[in-house]
Amino acid sequence: MDSPGDKWVGQSLPRFEDAALLTGRGRYFDDCGAPPGTLHAAILRSPHGHALIEAIDTAAARALPGVAAVLTGEDIRTSTTSLVVGVKAPMECWPIAVERVRYVGEPVVLVVATDRYVAEDALDLIEVRYTPLPAVTDPVVALTPEAPVLHDGLKGNLASERRFRYGDPEAAFASAAHRIAIDVTYPRSACTPIECYGVLADYDPGEDSYDVFANFQGPFSIHAVIARALRVPGNRLRLRTPPDSGGSFGVKQGVFPYIVLMAAAARACGRPVKWVEDRLEHLAASSVATNRVTRLEAAVTADGIITALDWDQLEDCGAHLRAPEPATLYRMHGNMTGAYAVRNVAIRNRVVLTNKAPTGLNRGFGGPQVYFALERLVQRIALTLGLDPLDVIRRNLVPTSAMPYRTASGALLDSGDYATAMETALREGRHDELLRRRDAARAEGRPYGIGYTAVVEPSVSNMGYITAVLTPAERKRAGPKNGAQATATIQCDAVGSVSVHVASVPQGQGHRTVLAQVVADELGLRPQDIRVVTDIDTAKDAWSIASGNYASRFAPAVAGVARIAAQQLRTRLQRIAAPLLNVPPDDVVLAHGKLHARGNADNALPFARVASSPHWAPGTLPAEDSAPLRETAWWTPPELTAPTEADEVNSSLCHGFIFDFCGVEVDRVTGQVRVDRYVTMHDCGTVLHPGMVAGQVTGGFAHALGAALYEAHSYAPDGSFQTGTFADYLVPTVMEVPAPLILHHESPSPFTPLGAKGVGEGNCMSTPVCIANAVADALGLHDVSLPLLPATLARHLHGAEPGAPAVAPPQGERTLRGEGEARVAAPREKVWAMLLDPEALMAIIPGAHAIQRTSPTAYRAEVTLGIGPVKGRYRVTLSLADLDEPSALTLSGSAAGALGFGQGRGQVTLREADGSTVIAYHYEAAVGGKVASIAGRLLDGATRVIIGQFFAALARQAAPRQPWWQRLLHRLGLHA
Amino acid sequence: MPRLSAAQRHTIRFTLNGQPVQGEAEPRLLLTDFLRHVLGATGTHVGCEHGVCGACTVQIDGSPARACLTLAVQVEGSDIRTVEALAPAPGRLSILQEAFRRHHALQCGFCTAGILMSLDAFLRAQPDADEAALRDLLSGHLCRCTGYAPIIAAALDAAARLRETAHA
Amino acid sequence: MKPPKFDYVSAETLDEALATLRAEGEGARIIAGGQSLLPMLNMRLARPAVLVDIMRIAALAETTKQNGTLRIGAGVRQATLQAHPNLHPLLAAALPWVGHAQTRSRGTLCGSVAHADPSAEIPLVLLALQGDILLRSARRTRRVAAADFFIGMMQTARQEDELIEAICLPQPRPGEGYAFREVGRRHGDFAIVACAAVAHEAGVRLAIGGVADHPAARDLPADSAHWPEALDAFAHALPARDDLHATAEYRRQLVRKLGHQVMQEAAACRA
Ligand SMILES: Cc1cc2nc3c(=O)[nH]c(=O)nc-3n(C[C@@H](O)[C@H](O)[C@H](O)COP(=O)(O)OP(=O)(O)OC[C@H]3O[C@@H](n4cnc5c(N)ncnc54)[C@H](O)[C@@H]3O)c2cc1C
Ligand code: FES
Ligand code: FES
Repeated sequence: MDSPGDKWVGQSLPRFEDAALLTGRGRYFDDCGAPPGTLHAAILRSPHGHALIEAIDTAAARALPGVAAVLTGEDIRTSTTSLVVGVKAPMECWPIAVERVRYVGEPVVLVVATDRYVAEDALDLIEVRYTPLPAVTDPVVALTPEAPVLHDGLKGNLASERRFRYGDPEAAFASAAHRIAIDVTYPRSACTPIECYGVLADYDPGEDSYDVFANFQGPFSIHAVIARALRVPGNRLRLRTPPDSGGSFGVKQGVFPYIVLMAAAARACGRPVKWVEDRLEHLAASSVATNRVTRLEAAVTADGIITALDWDQLEDCGAHLRAPEPATLYRMHGNMTGAYAVRNVAIRNRVVLTNKAPTGLNRGFGGPQVYFALERLVQRIALTLGLDPLDVIRRNLVPTSAMPYRTASGALLDSGDYATAMETALREGRHDELLRRRDAARAEGRPYGIGYTAVVEPSVSNMGYITAVLTPAERKRAGPKNGAQATATIQCDAVGSVSVHVASVPQGQGHRTVLAQVVADELGLRPQDIRVVTDIDTAKDAWSIASGNYASRFAPAVAGVARIAAQQLRTRLQRIAAPLLNVPPDDVVLAHGKLHARGNADNALPFARVASSPHWAPGTLPAEDSAPLRETAWWTPPELTAPTEADEVNSSLCHGFIFDFCGVEVDRVTGQVRVDRYVTMHDCGTVLHPGMVAGQVTGGFAHALGAALYEAHSYAPDGSFQTGTFADYLVPTVMEVPAPLILHHESPSPFTPLGAKGVGEGNCMSTPVCIANAVADALGLHDVSLPLLPATLARHLHGAEPGAPAVAPPQGERTLRGEGEARVAAPREKVWAMLLDPEALMAIIPGAHAIQRTSPTAYRAEVTLGIGPVKGRYRVTLSLADLDEPSALTLSGSAAGALGFGQGRGQVTLREADGSTVIAYHYEAAVGGKVASIAGRLLDGATRVIIGQFFAALARQAAPRQPWWQRLLHRLGLHA
Repeated sequence: MPRLSAAQRHTIRFTLNGQPVQGEAEPRLLLTDFLRHVLGATGTHVGCEHGVCGACTVQIDGSPARACLTLAVQVEGSDIRTVEALAPAPGRLSILQEAFRRHHALQCGFCTAGILMSLDAFLRAQPDADEAALRDLLSGHLCRCTGYAPIIAAALDAAARLRETAHA
Repeated sequence: MKPPKFDYVSAETLDEALATLRAEGEGARIIAGGQSLLPMLNMRLARPAVLVDIMRIAALAETTKQNGTLRIGAGVRQATLQAHPNLHPLLAAALPWVGHAQTRSRGTLCGSVAHADPSAEIPLVLLALQGDILLRSARRTRRVAAADFFIGMMQTARQEDELIEAICLPQPRPGEGYAFREVGRRHGDFAIVACAAVAHEAGVRLAIGGVADHPAARDLPADSAHWPEALDAFAHALPARDDLHATAEYRRQLVRKLGHQVMQEAAACRA
């Protein structure tokens, strides 16, 4: 690789990052070592969706050798301040539970010890007494008056409500030929980077300052949030990031509450504290996308033109409104009309809190939720009016002639030729052939469907968009917020070699390679001559609140500002070289590692000599150029203005366009969806590196396919979390992800230095609904919800089950039910007496250690319960009621331990049958906590086993002398 | 072997990438932690510690296996290979690694070490593996960045090149 | 996510392993491939006092053919057996569904049988083929039929001090046909429903995993006209469960539909 044909930008160079990453020399958070004496943290987390913390007994944990500190919410509260909340509402947001837990996985106690193993040993020794409270996980239910309230200051669970109106929606609806509406829910999913969070924090009491190393991804507006929580000015919070990151997709913004926790712990211990999140912690409590309930109604003309949209969005942010939420709801505010020219829009936005993990940044941020409603609606319009869905899309697209186009709600769509891109996709993606494929499949009785979507992909967020959650008056009081500052620094050292530094914190997107290409083009160098540093140190580097790796801002903003910095540097180099070459500065050309006179390549100086000259001979240079070459450029687009009085918001600088279509087949027997063909057309402006753009598209597509078919962050109605492992939270593998056909249509952005727009998030917005539309088409479904579970689809295919049980338990219900019988070779009275005798019970309850009678009909015991290798110790209470001697009673019990908690009731009847007693029981039990999160698949059976064990033991105990044949069978391992 | 007490560290010896190594470990220490934090071989990554993601995959006596589901004490005397062993020389990449770079088969690179260790063992045992076999093998790895398509392309390309060099 | 403390014994001989099991009682846990045990240890679901590693016992690492059966020792790993020349076709069809190549390289067949996950393929095949489990303790040796061995969710007829020394599978018999199918959410996941069928002259034996708390088998008549009714009865007889990934109804429907297909396939390969 030497001289570029034309330019380096635009070529798919091999990445400079790769050699290290492929040889095991990456420097991810946990590869970077820690200072001697560093302690390791582990976190005890809530097993309950909602409960009061009555007492925390940490004595045994503190006494464990190796444990340095045990910190509770109370301890953290005294040394920090609550995290700021983004809406005007009377509530606090602590990084650890204070007085009350509000979601499964919420931190409750932090242990700091010599190593992680010991820290986890200490967690086992902590006893927390909770009083469970009713939980609410459904956002609609959370708004009802009966719902439990999460934050007392709020009165209800509504954290924010705003209405917006653009154009004249009422008139448009009044005069519309059709009103067509759709109700959808969008589930929670998360991008789950393969590397989890990591934080290493230290505190210097002499200077009252914190030094934090964490795989945080930005935005660095959060730096201010952390510093405030730690009660120090920003210059006393040094935040550094490692050179490599194992993926983020937005998620590693959510590490910041843990930065506060670990910093506070370091202060408490007087030593550095390190914490590496594990996968169970990550799945339960890192950062998950919001779930949303949307009703969207359109006013439509007879030929399918949408004249108005009426949005009603209910956003579920989980248990706390954590910065920057409710940004998910507002990120798309300017482009709520998608790719369509709709002038009249009404919006109601509500934010609700529920007993689920707090939400945060995730790839697509707000887009999947919006487009699922909008593009399902477009399909509904086509069906209702008997139109081809493609025609409905065509008739509503923003026309090319209108670019740049100001949407009704204030976004300025920068560029694009949507119609051409769409027709090109249909042609090159062989749409006509796909239609034939569908016909052929259907002719054979195979359910096959086609789905379409057109979306606008925003990138480079306006730092002011989130203030749309405030009223114009509130905004005025708070002061305007806007822009998207980007910065890059380029310097030449004493031998004239070039280094670039940006505050972009890449998470695998190859920023170093692309920046080297951009800068090489400006300076006439080769990319391999340029060293790029992308990790950040807030104490030394140029950064702003907008710095970081989010909102697809790298190519449009960061690469762009790097070019500006390179141009500034070039200008200085030209000025220095001009007198030496005897030409005006403008006639100094930078190429092939030299500076030469225009038109005379022999009149040249080596780049290194000119670039190093201010280091060696400043006295020979004019004063203005005597400083070493170091240029820091700043760039913020003027288009990103603050929201207006009328609530118009230009929420993002760039708007790419995506048109997708796909063919899917649903298996007639299993209900499994197979994506047969997927075509995705992107207009992301100028493509800087085709290989990386393709990588962003295929990667985003895989995330989206996961969201459409497999992934869901699930809670039971009682607040139990059900997807705590990678065996339950199903990330698609190579077997599930087909390769999409990627097409491009380039309309450079007039607003970015390189003409580039973001591209990494679009498929997360377009693909879930495209697949949903295709499945709806295949099965003729009116409503679809994600993920598209085979069991649900199979119901449509199989019809009613022959001889189905009369009452099927409602789906998602978590009560475990069962029944059984045990036969005891003893009279009823004896069995009865045993149930009322603590000593006898002690013998019956498998693994009981200490049983106490707390009242004539209540007991307390320590019990080891388990099945197979799974064993745990529980505190059990049992009580007897409805005593009907000697034939019936009700047994209620609860158990709590490190593996979780359970509650149940059983009706027991004793019946005489030729000399022996038949104990019949049926029970209902609810189990939560760790076992429910990580072994949900096995819970029902496990409960059955444990309850069965109890009665089997009762039977054995009541009849200690078994008949010989039973003993024999037992010895042969054939006990019934 | 005598009973190794939970309360103590014990010397573990095995071969790592051709070199004899030893270190101290409690019986419960995971091989991932032993490699990374006792021996300093941080190329092997940890993504789930329950066997699903594949980031920790190393070769134990020639077969790809989960280091997170292996105790350090279990590999006493074994032959372990990790990603650090794949490059033929410093500054050079193996055919497989080159293919990954050429096809942009990695982004963040966190899953990559495990994937390389699976492929390296598999392509040695089954040089003629087709795409279906490679997909089946790679189904034991999660990658969140690439969408897999470039990984398959790189694996097929590497397989073809390895066959060529074997015949040459 | 780090394991709790335990002692560790790498047994050199079977006697040593059995003696430790006997002495320790329920505090002892055998570790074979560790592919089921280690996740539980890492999540601290299991807290054994001592792990008894049986993988260095040479005598257990053998697969032998003895009068019409294949005897697979406790030390035989799933990947090793996959390469065995005398592998039963039904087991050959099922083994690729057991986890992934990277777990089969460590996991053993006997470990899977001991673990008795309701969705596990190896117990299912053992039941379909009416194989046996050889149990050994310091006190005695016994042989239990697969049909009597699996008694509940992760519950077997094995006593605390017993070790599964081997499992025994009958060799393929002439005139038999076999088929295996499974449905999971993703490739390599535990089965939502797994079906193994053995067709012979007199009928078809169908074994179902993933539906009840342990695998279950039924013998159905050869005449496929009777299958729908028989499958319906079988489906209703299994106490199917709802979970996050599938409903009980879906499981029953798959027993009917997938079961039918698998029996057809088995009957077809008999011909
Ligand atoms: C990601 C992943 C996916 C998986 N998918 C599947 C799947 O789809 N299907 C499937 O069936 N399995 C699956 N498994 C589990 C499988 O890989 C295990 O190999 C198997 O269940 C246990 O075998 P093991 O040798 O690893 O046993 P271990 O984990 O060592 O032991 C398991 C249990 O059996 C006991 N035990 C082991 N050997 C004996 C013996 N000889 N005598 C008495 N007790 C013994 C142990 O004490 C322990 O309680 C998966 C595992 C992982 C990590
Ligand atoms: S860390 Fe071992 S498989 Fe995920
Ligand atoms: S490259 Fe990031 S997870 Fe695979």
